[in-house]
Amino acid sequence: MSMAAPPANVIQLRGVYRTYEMGDQVLHALNDVDLDIARNEYVAIVGASGSGKSTLMNLIGCLDRATRGEYRLEGIPVGGMNEIELARIRNREIGFVFQSFNLLARASALKNVMQPLVYRGMPRAERRERAAEALQRVGLGDRLDSRPNQLSGGQRQRVAIARALVGQPAILLADEPTGNLDSQTSREIMGLIDQVHDAGQTVIMVTHEPDIAAHCRRVIRLEDGRVAEDRRQAA
Amino acid sequence: MNMLLESFRSALESIRAHGFRSLLTSLGIIIGVTSVIAVVSIVQGLSHTINAQFEGLGGNSLTIQSYTPFKRALQGHRAKLRDRDIEVIEKRVEGISHITPVLFAQSGTRGMVSYRSQVTFTNIYGIGPSYLEVNSVFPQRGRFFTPEDESRRRLVCTVGPDVLEELEMPEDSMGEFIRLGGDWCKIVGVMEKRGEIFGFSQDNYILMPYATAKRLMGASRDLDIQIQLLVDDLNRLDEVKDRIRQVLRREHGLGAGEPDDFRVRTAEQLTESFNKVIDTITYVMGGIVGISLLVGGIGIMNIMLVSVTERTREIGILKALGATRQDILLQFLIEALALCMIGGLVGVAIGFGLGALVATFLPGFPPAHVPLWAVALSFGFCAAVGVIFGIIPAAKAAQLDPIDALRYE
Repeated sequence: MSMAAPPANVIQLRGVYRTYEMGDQVLHALNDVDLDIARNEYVAIVGASGSGKSTLMNLIGCLDRATRGEYRLEGIPVGGMNEIELARIRNREIGFVFQSFNLLARASALKNVMQPLVYRGMPRAERRERAAEALQRVGLGDRLDSRPNQLSGGQRQRVAIARALVGQPAILLADEPTGNLDSQTSREIMGLIDQVHDAGQTVIMVTHEPDIAAHCRRVIRLEDGRVAEDRRQAA
Repeated sequence: MNMLLESFRSALESIRAHGFRSLLTSLGIIIGVTSVIAVVSIVQGLSHTINAQFEGLGGNSLTIQSYTPFKRALQGHRAKLRDRDIEVIEKRVEGISHITPVLFAQSGTRGMVSYRSQVTFTNIYGIGPSYLEVNSVFPQRGRFFTPEDESRRRLVCTVGPDVLEELEMPEDSMGEFIRLGGDWCKIVGVMEKRGEIFGFSQDNYILMPYATAKRLMGASRDLDIQIQLLVDDLNRLDEVKDRIRQVLRREHGLGAGEPDDFRVRTAEQLTESFNKVIDTITYVMGGIVGISLLVGGIGIMNIMLVSVTERTREIGILKALGATRQDILLQFLIEALALCMIGGLVGVAIGFGLGALVATFLPGFPPAHVPLWAVALSFGFCAAVGVIFGIIPAAKAAQLDPIDALRYE
């Protein structure tokens, strides 16, 4: 085979543990998790606080490493990677969207979206062009030079989504993307994320709001670090 | 390369975002560099002018002076150079083009001179005809001494232009008589103007024939003279110098263990001893500046540490977006470096301005001159301070855990 077909599962977790030692207590934030997520799935991870959602999110996002078990992203085992390789994966394969937007306060919308491309060593002109395009797609083509504090919450989250997608990552990871937004704006943002999914993007979202989870085709509920429920639903 | 450029750009943005704080932060560096550049520009300006003047004096000239070691002086001895010494040098040493005695023809250090009711004090030298070539100074008006003047010990003199001024004599004073001590002396020439060194005039002197000066001093006295001479070939300067030593030691009957009772100096040595003073000033300044840069560096480290803490979340975001530790390290290091370099740049500019200001407003002061090495050294030092004091905050930033950093409020 000259060209290896991409593996069907973008994400593959096998027997994954993430344990924290606090004094002599051992806390299993993730406790023997098996999980497969295929290309273009639309997944919600739900669960009570302390159930391990954020830990799972950080692990999938390569911000953290499993204590035990195997994590393959696009078929590549992440466990043995060093810091530089992990940074490279975060840069190329993952787009983060956070509850609190996490934009660079001093930089314009355009610069925020250009930032991930900096770490690819992409020439400035090309970065600018791609970032402008990405902002256009989220409907902010006319706010390229606005700073985060000149934008509304919804607009900020749009910038964050543009930033997450500008590098064409394998997955979009959203952590409570509507948590800081009013219901009208939340609907707009969810509409945008739906569009992203419809365009073929794999989307994984952490949320505790049932009506947000209802957008997703698959809901994974965590309890005490284990997968308690894995349910598929119609859109 | 691209990454470096990006880090530099983001460093400048961050510095601009906190303009006033950045200014205060680099103030220590600015003050340090300002003081070094100001002092160096003034000192170097001086040294530049003086070296230029010495060059006029001729690099291939030698001056021989008598020298009494302290111990001998206590015993009542007084070393002297005499006419015979000139004769033996002329006879025995090869490679000399011009040689002249110089007799300080006054009792104190400076002789009293008067014209009508005006009185001034000046240096009076009795000299041979070769004095002009050796010192490369020539009469501008009138004439120099003739062999007759010398052989008949005529009371004639040529004067430096300042003497005319001091005595309020007309420009064309040829043939006028001035009074030196108890004798009347006719002015036959006026020397060309040489200007000032260190604010001291080089034009305040009177020259008279050697024989005349000796007569004025009392012909029977055992006088101490200086000998000035020009060497044909600059490359043989040391050789000629050694030969003179040899000849004079024999002439003075010095035994193997006895020290020289004379000194042979080159114009270069005069320059050297002056340059030593300059160097000392420079080293002392260097020390002061080193300390102020150290203090400045600590200030920068302090602010960079604060800045890293303030921007913890930003660092977390950058890491989530794919920045490696090296990227973060580079960004903060370059920011510290840029702070220092900007401080250095401002310091060089202010320092140069200050030096130029001093040079303009102090009369007779040479123009400020900042040598490239001082600028390069200042920048080098700033860069070193930036790296040394920037590395700890930058390393702290780079080591931050992305999850903790993202959670930081």
